[in-house]
Formats: sequence, structure tokens, C-alpha cells
Amino acid sequence: MYAPEVEAPAAVVLPASGLDDLLTALTGRGYEVRGPTLRDGVVIHDRLTGAQDLPRGVGDEQRPGHYRTTPREDDALFGYAVGPSSAKRALFPPRQPLWSAVSVGDADFEIREADRPSPRVALFGLRPCELAAIAVQDRVLLHGAVPDEVYTANRADLLLIGVECGDPAATCFCSSMATGPGTDQGADLLLTELLGGEHRFLLRAPTAAGQALVADLDTRPATEADLAARDALLEDAAGAMERHLDTDGVHDLLLGNLEHPRWDDIAKRCLACGNCTLVCPTCFCTTVEDTTDLAGTTATRERRWDSCFSLDFTHTGPASVRNTTRARYRQWLTHKLATWIDQFDTSGCVGCGRCITWCPVGIDLTAEVATIKRTSEDPDAPARS
Amino acid sequence: MTVLDAPVEVPTRGALTSRPYQVSSVRHQTHDIVTIDVAPQQHPIAFKPGQFDMVYVYGVGEAAISISSDPATPGLLSHTIRAVGWVTKALNDLQPGTTIGIRGPYGRPWPLEEAEGKDLVVITGGIGMAPVRPAIVQALRHRERFGRIVLLKGARSPRDLVFRDDLDRWHADRSIDVHVTVDSAVRGWSGRVGVVTKLIPRVPFDPENSVILLCGPEVMMWFSAEALLGRGVPAERIYVTLERNMKCGVGSCGHCQLGSKFLCRDGPVFSWDEVAALLDVREL
Repeated sequence: MYAPEVEAPAAVVLPASGLDDLLTALTGRGYEVRGPTLRDGVVIHDRLTGAQDLPRGVGDEQRPGHYRTTPREDDALFGYAVGPSSAKRALFPPRQPLWSAVSVGDADFEIREADRPSPRVALFGLRPCELAAIAVQDRVLLHGAVPDEVYTANRADLLLIGVECGDPAATCFCSSMATGPGTDQGADLLLTELLGGEHRFLLRAPTAAGQALVADLDTRPATEADLAARDALLEDAAGAMERHLDTDGVHDLLLGNLEHPRWDDIAKRCLACGNCTLVCPTCFCTTVEDTTDLAGTTATRERRWDSCFSLDFTHTGPASVRNTTRARYRQWLTHKLATWIDQFDTSGCVGCGRCITWCPVGIDLTAEVATIKRTSEDPDAPARS
Repeated sequence: MTVLDAPVEVPTRGALTSRPYQVSSVRHQTHDIVTIDVAPQQHPIAFKPGQFDMVYVYGVGEAAISISSDPATPGLLSHTIRAVGWVTKALNDLQPGTTIGIRGPYGRPWPLEEAEGKDLVVITGGIGMAPVRPAIVQALRHRERFGRIVLLKGARSPRDLVFRDDLDRWHADRSIDVHVTVDSAVRGWSGRVGVVTKLIPRVPFDPENSVILLCGPEVMMWFSAEALLGRGVPAERIYVTLERNMKCGVGSCGHCQLGSKFLCRDGPVFSWDEVAALLDVREL
């Protein structure tokens, strides 16, 4: 649905000082703009009122189990990689009211659908891995057997503005997943921040909505030098990527090693806290909660994010199916990288690295997959650390 | 010329929204199993044998429950429920006249057409009778289309036997070859004692020309399948219905996954060759 609608026009250049005009143009069109902003030392996605809300001169330092924002020596507005919040929070919120049962007399009730306000939202500053994650969620929640009503409503009138990556974190591996650091698709408007020389943005608009926005801005045509600067930026970013995931044959590798001793080794470290599923931009599992008001006259049913790491997740009458952390981590990783492909014809992983950064004990799925691969090819290699 | 926008079609009822139905009767099958009937007038639920509904109790929650009534009479919809968790316990305590919420039907039904011209062998343990009862009732309506119809029914004890009226009727009119067994007997029980899987090698049916419907605890289905394979029934003609935690019924909440399958949508009925390898992996 976000395939280019028209032949992509030539790229243009917007001076960094003009970025506020872009945000104003969005607000003027009635969009609620949500994008990166600094809060409590973390870059999160929240409402933006203007370019002054963007984290200027902020970088980040990410490692397994480690996240810090750091000052940069330049005025970069997008000098950091992804933080913990993803577009999932906007499109498939953590809590979603579904309906209420309102009691009528002693034994009867009627059902009232939840109001579903769908504001016009523009998601600003999404990284290519984020755009790829939305494409994955589209497959799951929009084009699945039963389109999800909440996601569909939030997706309906959505404008996406992407920003390519020049400074990936140490936990990023988007180049392995072919989702970044650059992209030509998935958004209405794509920005590339160029810092050398004049601080400026290269703008490309794959859709008519994006082109209409660009038409409102004071831009100049991109020169060969601008385009070369983008190429160099993306090449450096891809080259700087420290982590890699070998996706070749990973489906059969994991499903062929469901009893691999490495799962036991991971289970010794994994706390089954579910952080990885919460920060993952594609994890879609939910549960429902029924709450009754104090008078007992209205029972509200709410859907909320759930995690396959909780013991309750597989609870049936007598017991849970996945009692051990071993089984729950195995479920998460094999779903993300293997059975997701069977279900939705795409990997569930976009290489954003959030699950590595936000794991309190720093479990790194790229390393775990590499170990399983190495030890299944060479049975003598040690599988336990 | 003014062109009006076509009205946008806003779905008035989501896939996850229950519909209220008034309970017409509550039939106590055993000490912890009830059959709850509703008589849907306005919104009958057309279903196939083996499908399930999500049943909601006001303020308590929702559970996936097999439909146990006759598919040919949509004016009477029954769910048979064992009290296990919060919701099923609340369902067991319901009084006639109470309103419950129902949405459905969901899931892949039993492949009854495939059994036509063959022997139909139904093997159940405990409340496993509930999802196969509609299949038996439908097969009996077209009795001439099937060879032998055999029911092997196990229960923990005589007091755990469900659908006794059906058993008596089917046994009396000899339309079905019924074999009942209990794991442990009590005084006054004159029937068989022993697990239901032990009956499989002995009852008369044609292993090479039969379709098996199997429903019970997973361990019982595993040993039954082994016994059936041992008798020469092909794995692709042994059908089981599986149970996992289900929250949505439409394959979106993620809870009921088994390998790449969403049990609620891709199942709950599977042929043994589809799931045997998956069920063989502990805690998958």
C-alpha cells in the first residue's frame, strides 16, 4: 500500500533550519505529529510541537543490556539510533479498550463497542528498520485472515516520514535483515540528514502525499555532491554495523535444533522478564482483561500487550504448556526468525537490535543463532558457555 | 456538480465483540460438567461439527468452548463445559435466564465428508465427547453414508460419564457400536474398567478404510494414535482436536501457537501427520 504511487521525483535539499517548516506543514494539515524526543535521558517517540522538541546534538551508546544518551559535538537532530519505543506503540497501543457489557436488570447485559478515536497521525523520524517493522505488522494485522480493528483504524490515515541512519548503534544489525540503513520505500517522505558542510536534509517523496508536503517547503534541487554525500553516509553506516545475523537457512537451522543444548544455556541467563517482546517493533501477542466498575454495572474488556515469556501465556485448565524459561525463549526466537516466515512469508525480525539493548542480562540473539549454527555444524564445539 | 463521498463503511461489530444470548437451560451432566443451552432467535450461529465459540460471562471473562449441539438445529446451541478455571467455574454456576456472551463459530471442523463410505471411529476421553457429539449426530442423520460407526468412550469413573442419554439411545437402537470404559470403577459398575486406548486393538472396524476422530487429554490421544497406527490406520486419517490457551479465536493473539500453526484458526482439528512431530517436542 505504500508502494510508490508515482515515479519518484528528483531528490531535493532542505536546510536544517527548514525542518521546523516541515513540522508546521504537518500540523497545518491537521496531523498530530509524533517523533523522537528526549525524556529522562532516553530518546522516545512522543508528540512533537516543532523542531525544538527533537533531540539536538544527542547521540547514544548502546550495548547488550546498556543504553545511554550522550552529547555529540555537532548539532545533529537524528544522531542516535532507535530507542525503546517503536511505531507499534502508536499503531497497536499497549492497552486497547474493546467493548463494555452494561448490565440491564439482574441477569441481562448489552454490549457497547469502545469508542475508537482515530486522530490524523504523522509518525516523524522513523528509521528504515521501523518502516520495515510497520510493513511486517501490516502483513500480520492488516492483511491477516481477520484484519485487526484497532490497527486498521490507526493505520487508515497515517503519514510516515522516515529518516535514514548515519550512525547505527553497536546493537544494530539491519544490514543483515536487508531493512537499512537506507531505504527507498515504506514512507511518504524520506529524509537523510547530511552534516558535513552545510547542515541539511536530502528529501525524497515516494508518494503523492509526501510530494505535496515537499511542495510547501523552501527547497533546492539536490546536486551530485548531495547525492554522493548520502551514498557515502549509508556506506559508512553499513560498514560500521558491528553485529550480523546469518539469515541464510536460519529457518531450518532453528526448527531443526529444537532440542539443542544451547536453549538450556540461554535459560540460565534469561530472566523471562519479557522486555524483548515489549521493545520489539513486531511482537503482536495480546491478552484481554475484564474489569468491572465498583457498582458492578459495567464490565469493560480491554486488550493489552502480552508476552510469550510469561508463565500464564500458555495456561490451560490444568497447567501451562511452556513451564520452563528454556521453552519460552525457544518459542520467542523460533517464532521471530522461523515460524513467522511460515505464517506471514517474512521474518519477524527487522534488525533494530532493541531486544539486545533492553535485555537486562544482555542476551544477544545474533550471538545465540551463531552459536547454534556453529555447534550444529560441528557437534564437538562447546554449546554451553 | 457536487459529488458526495460514498459513505465509509464502518464495521459496527468487531471480530472480538461478543453478542448477548439468554441461557434457556442448564443441564448438569456430572458433578463438574454442565451443558448450557441458548435458543438463538435473532442471531443463530451456523456451525460445523468440531468448531468452537468464545463464551463470555459478565464481568468474569471468556473461554473457548466446543459446540456440543446438533448442527442441523441452529435454534438450539449448546456448549458443554467442565469447571476448571474462573470462567468455566462461573459457567457451571449459571442459572437459566442469565445472559452470556457468545462469538463464533471458529476453527476447522471435523472432516466428516472424508469418512463417508468408510468406518467412522470416534474415540473420546472425559469431556472430549463434547466436540465430537455434533459429528456423531450429523453422521447418524445420514447413517447410510457410513460403514460402521464405533464410539470408544473413556471416563475417569462412572460419575464422570457425560451424555449418558445419548449413550443409552445409541446403544439401544444399535445405530452405533458403543464401548464405554472407566479408569476406576465404583460399587455397582458392571461395565469395563481400564483406559480407553486398550480397547483400540479389539473393537471391530476396518483400519484401512476408516476415519478416526480423537478427542481427549493429549497423552490419551498420543497413546490412542500409537495404537491406531499399530492397527494399520494411516496417520492422515487419524484426526485429533487440540487444546491450548486461546484469547481471540481468530489467530491474532498468539497464545495458541504450536510451531507455525495457530490452533484456533488452522485447527483445532488436525490430522495426526500434521501435528505428531510437533506434539513430540516437549513444551513446544
